[in-house]
Amino acid sequence: MSMRTSLGVVRGLGSAKSGTEHFWHQRLTAIANVPLTILLVWFVISHLGSPRADVLASVRNPFVAIMLALAFLSILWHMRLGMQVVIEDYVHRAGWKLLALLLNSFYTTALGIAAFYAILKMSFGI
Amino acid sequence: MVEFALPRNSKVQPGRSWPKPAGKKLREFKIYRWNPDDGKNPQVDSYHVDMDNCGPMVLDAIIKIKNEQDPTLTFRRSCREGICGSCAMNIDGTNTLACLKACDEVTGAVKIYPLPHLPVVKDLVPDLTRFYAQHRSIEPWLKTTTPVPQKEWKQGHDDRALLDGLYECILCACCSTSCPSYWWNGDRYLGPAVLLQAYRWLIDSRDEATGDRLDNLEDPFRLYRCHTIMNCAKACPKGLSPAKAIAEIKKMMVERRV
Repeated sequence: MSMRTSLGVVRGLGSAKSGTEHFWHQRLTAIANVPLTILLVWFVISHLGSPRADVLASVRNPFVAIMLALAFLSILWHMRLGMQVVIEDYVHRAGWKLLALLLNSFYTTALGIAAFYAILKMSFGI
Repeated sequence: MVEFALPRNSKVQPGRSWPKPAGKKLREFKIYRWNPDDGKNPQVDSYHVDMDNCGPMVLDAIIKIKNEQDPTLTFRRSCREGICGSCAMNIDGTNTLACLKACDEVTGAVKIYPLPHLPVVKDLVPDLTRFYAQHRSIEPWLKTTTPVPQKEWKQGHDDRALLDGLYECILCACCSTSCPSYWWNGDRYLGPAVLLQAYRWLIDSRDEATGDRLDNLEDPFRLYRCHTIMNCAKACPKGLSPAKAIAEIKKMMVERRV
């Protein structure tokens, strides 16, 4: 049985003096996701069944390419922040928690880089 | 910590059915019992109370059971009028004060359990040590640097009005123990009751330590485990909204950055 005082336990390692940026970014990306997701879904629906050349032609339009890149940036950033909160809420074993947080960051970063690469490749037609 | 099933020694067993007293208007009470000394699992005992011969509140009924049927039934109570916060327990699935909950508000048997997800001392008495330490950690008293005035710290009517909806909190812990985030991360998350108290001092116009108080709270766990689930506002037997107080703290955090 621990002999620490209950106040000592509650104070623990002290305040991290952070978290507001995380909270704020989650809200910012949530707001940005509203128009960006609508545009992304609209883009996908409007190209359903189109030949590859039509899709490439659309992505060459700078507005479309930038919109797609922004959508991926905002959605993936939001996803990373949200998943981080879920992991911190529910995963309590130290090793598993660290692993899950690492995989969360790696997964969203890799997905984002892949998306940007694909958009650049399509819009510049390399 | 997240637990989807109770540990084996906490699984609740069916308990004893106590003999029915005489009377026409009998009401059944199913009450959680656990004795730390007998090594048994917790159990739910069934009692009957003649409501023609009993006060209207759940607290009246359990006092009557303790007086007339089973003196070993253990619970906290003091003021019996909703101002001390001692008789907080889970009645019919909601955390509330037994003294403010009328038996008529419940349909069927009245099921009574201790406040959820706290260590149980005995029967309906939970261990609130950590809850009180968390309250102590936010330093719930006036902090000033300016020399103390000869008479009193002055506060305008408008500033005083800001404390309405906050000062009424009696620290019964109904809200904190209804919060899933507090269940899973209660060791690091301060919980709605303590954060409402923290906001009560943050918003006090006489206090001079607002920045230090915000520094102490700015933490992914202490404050930001609140996910606006709103169970706290639903449970509060005094009709307060800890969720709103927490949202106001988050607003202050953003305000001092942007």
